[in-house]
Amino acid sequence: MTDLKIKVRGLKKAFGPKQVLNGVDLDVPRGESLVVIGGSGSGKSVLIKCILGLVEPDAGSIEIDGEETVGIPAAKREEIMRKFGMLFQGSALFDSLPVWENVAFGLIAGRGIDRKAAKDVALRKLAAVGLGAEVGELVPSELSGGMQKRVALARAIAAEPEIIFFDEPTTGLDPIMAQVINELIVKCVTSLGATALSITHDMHSLRAIADRAAMIYEGRIIWSGDAKDIDQCGNAFVDQFVQGRAEGPIRMPVRPL
Amino acid sequence: MSVPVLQPIGRTFLGSLEAIGRLALFTLRAVLHCVTPPFYPRLIFKQMIEIGFYSLPVIGMTAVFTGMVLVLQTYVAVSRLNAEATIPYVVVISLTRELGPVLAGLMLAGRVGAAMAAEIGTMRVTEQIDALRTLSTNPFKYLIAPRLIAAVLMLPILVGIADIIGVFGGYLVSVFKLDFSPSIYLKNTVDFVETIDIVSGLVKAAAFGFIVALMGTYNGFQSRGGAQGVGKATTDAVVGASILILAANFIITGIFFSR
Repeated sequence: MTDLKIKVRGLKKAFGPKQVLNGVDLDVPRGESLVVIGGSGSGKSVLIKCILGLVEPDAGSIEIDGEETVGIPAAKREEIMRKFGMLFQGSALFDSLPVWENVAFGLIAGRGIDRKAAKDVALRKLAAVGLGAEVGELVPSELSGGMQKRVALARAIAAEPEIIFFDEPTTGLDPIMAQVINELIVKCVTSLGATALSITHDMHSLRAIADRAAMIYEGRIIWSGDAKDIDQCGNAFVDQFVQGRAEGPIRMPVRPL
Repeated sequence: MSVPVLQPIGRTFLGSLEAIGRLALFTLRAVLHCVTPPFYPRLIFKQMIEIGFYSLPVIGMTAVFTGMVLVLQTYVAVSRLNAEATIPYVVVISLTRELGPVLAGLMLAGRVGAAMAAEIGTMRVTEQIDALRTLSTNPFKYLIAPRLIAAVLMLPILVGIADIIGVFGGYLVSVFKLDFSPSIYLKNTVDFVETIDIVSGLVKAAAFGFIVALMGTYNGFQSRGGAQGVGKATTDAVVGASILILAANFIITGIFFSR
């Protein structure tokens, strides 16, 4: 039996009349990197936020290390959060803090580690993502988009989490910087021995970072398997998405001009 | 036929109840996090500087001109009754009991409440608040509690300073424009003012500080939908705080001074 780090069953979430997640089942084996693909508005971000505990699901079960996390008390949730690291789509760096303090934030505010020791860790993590100590003294608004993503990655791995979530890690980056971020993700996840769950619609990113892949469509996982099999999976929805065709079973609700 | 007419009324009523409930729950959680560890003294100190020190110029200017105008207007009224000697009393009691705390509260709502709503609202829409939670940090402890504590502590100090500056403004006009004796003006001020006048003003200030910070943080925390949402949160924070300050002023005045 596979050792599962994350197990999701029958997950449902609606916002008003819109049913975003409609019974998601998903398994993430320990130490593997799973990438969930899907179109815009297919529920990828909501799925990841439900697993993180940022959005309360309407129904279903989410187990982390075999422990149910839906509906748990706040104190228990904070304890489970210590297992997580998260790279947000827009980086979500704290613009009032210098870069090093952004990276060290979880260590100082979340775990009560001394500021000097936390700064040393932050500078090491910044170096691991290719940023020098001088960058640590800047504020996020002084950085380019690619540098912000690298700082966000350093922040996500600073506390050496067991599970790292990546929300559209390459969105808005040029192809070279996107590949740099993909390689850094692989390097960081491998060196930490972490389990990774990413969501993206960037197929280059999927091929670079995924051990396993799944596709979400209309609030359900419609296919999952080895990432290397995605091109020959035989699922018409996945084929259309992977090949980026406008024609196929996935129809965009557009009207003629 | 009556259903389409009643539906919007019912919806508005239920919406209002829901909003009141949300604010009440937010207040309860915020207060709980103010009194339970962990605390962030560095953040509380930073907010005290932001709310207290940087508000001094605007509160001081408001107070000095209010004291000056108060003397001019009071003089017009009391000179008809040959009761000019009561001017220091009217000025000091008006400032300490009402104008000091209310005007300082309203100015703080505009300066600090709006800034809080804009800052926290931007953090909300750029996922910085979600990021806080993923870094094992409770946003109520980190963002809300320090602002509430700092505002409750700093507004009474600001109002104390505003009272002194306001009386000084009245003194300047009385002495240099209306030819009052400086020593008699100051003596009348000190003789007439009572402890309850100052205490009631400081209690009001603490309450108004709480209201300003609560409305700023609440509206920022609830903001949704990008720049427009942040703009609405900022407006709601200032308008909400201003109305609540005036309502709370009536209630606290009733508690202290109703016979």
